[in-house]
Amino acid sequence: MSVTAEGSAPPAWVRVVAPVVVGLVMVAAWILVVDVLAIAPRALPSPIAVVNELLLRSGIIGEDMAITATNALVGLAVGTVAAIVLAALAATFGPVDGMLAPLVAAIAVVPIVALTPILNSMFGASSQFGRQSVAAIAAFVPVFVNVLRGLRQTRPVHRDLLRATAATGIQTFRVLTLPTALPYLLTGLRIASSVAVIAALVAEYFGGPADGIGTAIATYAKSGRAALAFAYVVGGIAIGLALFLVTSLLERLVSRRKPV
Amino acid sequence: MSTLAVQAAGVGKTFATKTGDVVALTGVELTVEAGEFVSLIGPSGCGKSTLLRLIADLDTASAGELQIFGKPAHQARLDQDYGIAFQQAGLLPWRTVASNIALPLELHGMSRAERSTRVAELAALVGLSDFVDRYPDQLSGGMQQRVAIARALAEQPRLLLMDEPFGALDEMTREYLQAELTRITAETGAAVVFVTHSIPEAVFLSDRVVVMSPRPGRITDILPTGLGAVRDEALRESSEYFERVTAVREALHGSPVDRANER
Repeated sequence: MSVTAEGSAPPAWVRVVAPVVVGLVMVAAWILVVDVLAIAPRALPSPIAVVNELLLRSGIIGEDMAITATNALVGLAVGTVAAIVLAALAATFGPVDGMLAPLVAAIAVVPIVALTPILNSMFGASSQFGRQSVAAIAAFVPVFVNVLRGLRQTRPVHRDLLRATAATGIQTFRVLTLPTALPYLLTGLRIASSVAVIAALVAEYFGGPADGIGTAIATYAKSGRAALAFAYVVGGIAIGLALFLVTSLLERLVSRRKPV
Repeated sequence: MSTLAVQAAGVGKTFATKTGDVVALTGVELTVEAGEFVSLIGPSGCGKSTLLRLIADLDTASAGELQIFGKPAHQARLDQDYGIAFQQAGLLPWRTVASNIALPLELHGMSRAERSTRVAELAALVGLSDFVDRYPDQLSGGMQQRVAIARALAEQPRLLLMDEPFGALDEMTREYLQAELTRITAETGAAVVFVTHSIPEAVFLSDRVVVMSPRPGRITDILPTGLGAVRDEALRESSEYFERVTAVREALHGSPVDRANER
């Protein structure tokens, strides 16, 4: 028995149960403060009320989730493709890297969401395009930075090997450069997935069409329907969590093999 | 004559650095017969690895003429006349053992069916038939190096280039792989150029030992071992083996070495 005890790492079931217990305790404390003691401010609804709203209005919340999730996904896809293409160009041609580096640095420091009103007036307030562009720009940065780094991680011994094997440039890219960069791409993608959801959601606070999770949260929070606003927040968390889990799983699948 | 595996005449290599040119290798005259086992030995900076890289066309000679099987090194590389193994096994971690061995065959367009037949042969040759589905990180260092040797032999090259392939291994694994290598080269009939900094290793494996010296890198001596075709554990304890080891050591140091009990 003692053989399995490696250091002081807790057994597997503790790692699953512990956060669940913490969550339950927090919900219980929340119910205690709001419902039992009734000492909470009016803006803080009971978790029971939030769940009620969630069940009661699941249809409309689902529709708004679909809109925000679509915006985030479109932005993530466009931003990722653009980042991969530009990173490949930057890795291949030195001057391109020199041209892109300051641009990417600028994009990375500008609060992208702040551009939303401008983008909305550029593309029209009735179009989702402004929000999708915000998500795309936000997703672009982490993917670009990681992929560019990944494309430069090939080891000299592998490059020598492929040269000695008389591999063509395209073959070298396919069997060496791309697989080497793949784990970096997925790390970028995992970070970008959360960023894209946040960008798509927060962009809705700054105008555009009257739909989506962010618009609903802003509207119901202002009109005093706190429980419904919180129900929408839960929807937003679900989108972000789903994307994060999918990309984390992909990352884990790809980077299973340690370098030797 | 195109029967020579390697023919170097006046080969030199100069690297340009910020502080001026560095002569890594100068005036190299060397021939390697087909099927011959030749070791390059010398201290760090003597240019032994550089010479191997020139033969492999991983770097280009800045002086002299270098022919592999009667062809310029560049053409020999494109024609895949040699196989190569490095100090690091250099396996691709996301590929299985079989897929790593098959890499050269895959790049040169061999069909899947032919590839799997050839991989099975090669895995048997290096004694890894039971491990073809493993990934490199599941293998020991010695096993990884055997995979690298199988990969180098995949295209049945007539010349095998090895850059300190056993340099990172422990002594027991090293001796075992040395014996394996003599068996494999006897089976394949390939010529070998073998870079090492171990005197016993060079003597045990080679038909001829090329002794090199640094600043500038050059060949100072070429010693035939004359130990015959059979290289087994008995050889390691024979007196002629020790004589050769001593001869190479003296060639490396430039004068007879004082023995501790004679000082």
